Amino acid sequence: MKILVPVKRVIDYNVKARVKADNSDVDLNSVKMALNPFCEIAVEEAIRIKEAGKASEVVVVSIGDKACQEQLRTALALGADKAIQIDTNERLESLHVAKLLAKVVEQENPELVILGKQAIDSDNNQTGQMLAALTGRAQATFASEVVVDGDKLNVTREVDGGLQTIAVNLPAVVTTDLRLNEPRYATLPNIMKAKRKPLDVLTAADLGVDVTPRITTLKVEEPSKREAGEIVADVATLVEKLKNEAKVI
Amino acid sequence: MSVLIIAEHEHGVLKNDTAKVVSATQKLGKSVTVLVAGFNVAAVAEAASKIDGVSNVIVADNAALEHQLAENMADLVVDLAGDYSHIFAAATTTGKNFMPRVAALLDKVQISDIIEVIDENTFKRPIYAGNAIATVQSSEDKHIVTVRSSAFDVAGDQAPVAVSSFDAVKENALSSFVSQQETESERPELTAADVIISGGRGMQNGENFALLNGIADKLGAAIGASRAAVDAGFVPNDMQVGQTGKIVAPQLYIAVGISGAIQHLAGMKDSKVIVAINKDPDAPIFQVADYGLVADLFDVLPELEASL
Repeated sequence: MKILVPVKRVIDYNVKARVKADNSDVDLNSVKMALNPFCEIAVEEAIRIKEAGKASEVVVVSIGDKACQEQLRTALALGADKAIQIDTNERLESLHVAKLLAKVVEQENPELVILGKQAIDSDNNQTGQMLAALTGRAQATFASEVVVDGDKLNVTREVDGGLQTIAVNLPAVVTTDLRLNEPRYATLPNIMKAKRKPLDVLTAADLGVDVTPRITTLKVEEPSKREAGEIVADVATLVEKLKNEAKVI
Repeated sequence: MSVLIIAEHEHGVLKNDTAKVVSATQKLGKSVTVLVAGFNVAAVAEAASKIDGVSNVIVADNAALEHQLAENMADLVVDLAGDYSHIFAAATTTGKNFMPRVAALLDKVQISDIIEVIDENTFKRPIYAGNAIATVQSSEDKHIVTVRSSAFDVAGDQAPVAVSSFDAVKENALSSFVSQQETESERPELTAADVIISGGRGMQNGENFALLNGIADKLGAAIGASRAAVDAGFVPNDMQVGQTGKIVAPQLYIAVGISGAIQHLAGMKDSKVIVAINKDPDAPIFQVADYGLVADLFDVLPELEASL
């Protein structure tokens, strides 16, 4: 089985995003970038399936400018076999990303595609579901456990109120939730080895996908600030304030 | 062209999220149809017909829809989509699962997790874990939207409107339901609770979460947790409040032993009043807390319970 893992370069999750003064966007200049945490989990899961002898090849793909090759190399160092960069300077919408990925699925023909459930920059939570729709495949979102069972997957999903297990036929699309696994760290020898692994570069035009934007961002603002609070001395004062000042209990 | 809202329900009970999505669509000034998709959901359809602002209800009552699998739900919504300019659902795990599939099948973009409707193609939504609010405009002629229900009020009641049924439900051969494991809870649901008390890594272990029970009982509160507490295995993941868990906005949020990482704040910083109990005076949670108490939670919690 071949596994395809789309990954995204995003702002490091520890960095607090700052809005630009002209309200056009978030300021990403000289901000630390990293592999989206959910994508890291997706790469890890693909490698674990390969290590369990249930997959033969793990291909990683990223859409973005040359800088995203850094994240592809990270994924290669973690154990992926081959990388594809779809070169673009545009920040694409999920639908366009899904369409580009659908073309890659057509070319690479993986039995399984594993994506993160959401990117921590746009917080959309759409691409995996859209890719499943466009390729006519089953989907298993928010996975916290994936078991390969012949030509099926048993996937436990994190849903409101608990866990749900579904069975999906392969080929399928899975999106990862946080508790699916704990991603490994790349070792120095593996980072060196990753530099020699194949990395192909394609463009949106190569794949014949129209990426004309359909969403315009009119404005990006800071969320309204909360007024500074106060430190209270003891429990009695706290309860008194909640009752008489805030009137919430 | 009117609005289609896909109802959120569980165990034959309509969830509040639906009435919140109805109020989110009020500004559009269009007639609203609610689709109730499930199995044995007559009572849900009846409840939906009584939400103020709803013009009619379509019920698709079919065994194939019992577990709301994404493939079946998406095909159903796509079959009905022709008549509507807007298709809305709550940004719950159910809505997040099938709505993007609907959007892609219709070749439309989706706007996720909106917190405000500006006009019929312009919406506000948080990005970067809620550290920025984007106003976005779509050029589509059909708008597929998920709604952050904590940002809207519950619509009121009305006299019931007509319920019609849709029978041509398709069943996919790609996926099937195996099992469900639910977290037992007598307490209010996190996303609907007026008061929430949450524990973090500072609780030290799962047993200590029992210290929150008495306080939750007295306040009628739901109990939540930070990602750190969930990852450490103290409590199940569906209690998690944050960017990757549930987004809540109660009247009162009490954070106990929670440092206040960006990820957690994304899920609770729209709460009306925030109380932080933490022994570290530099914890970032104090920057958003209305009332802070710098103290050891093991000293404070019993005292707090006794004084309520």
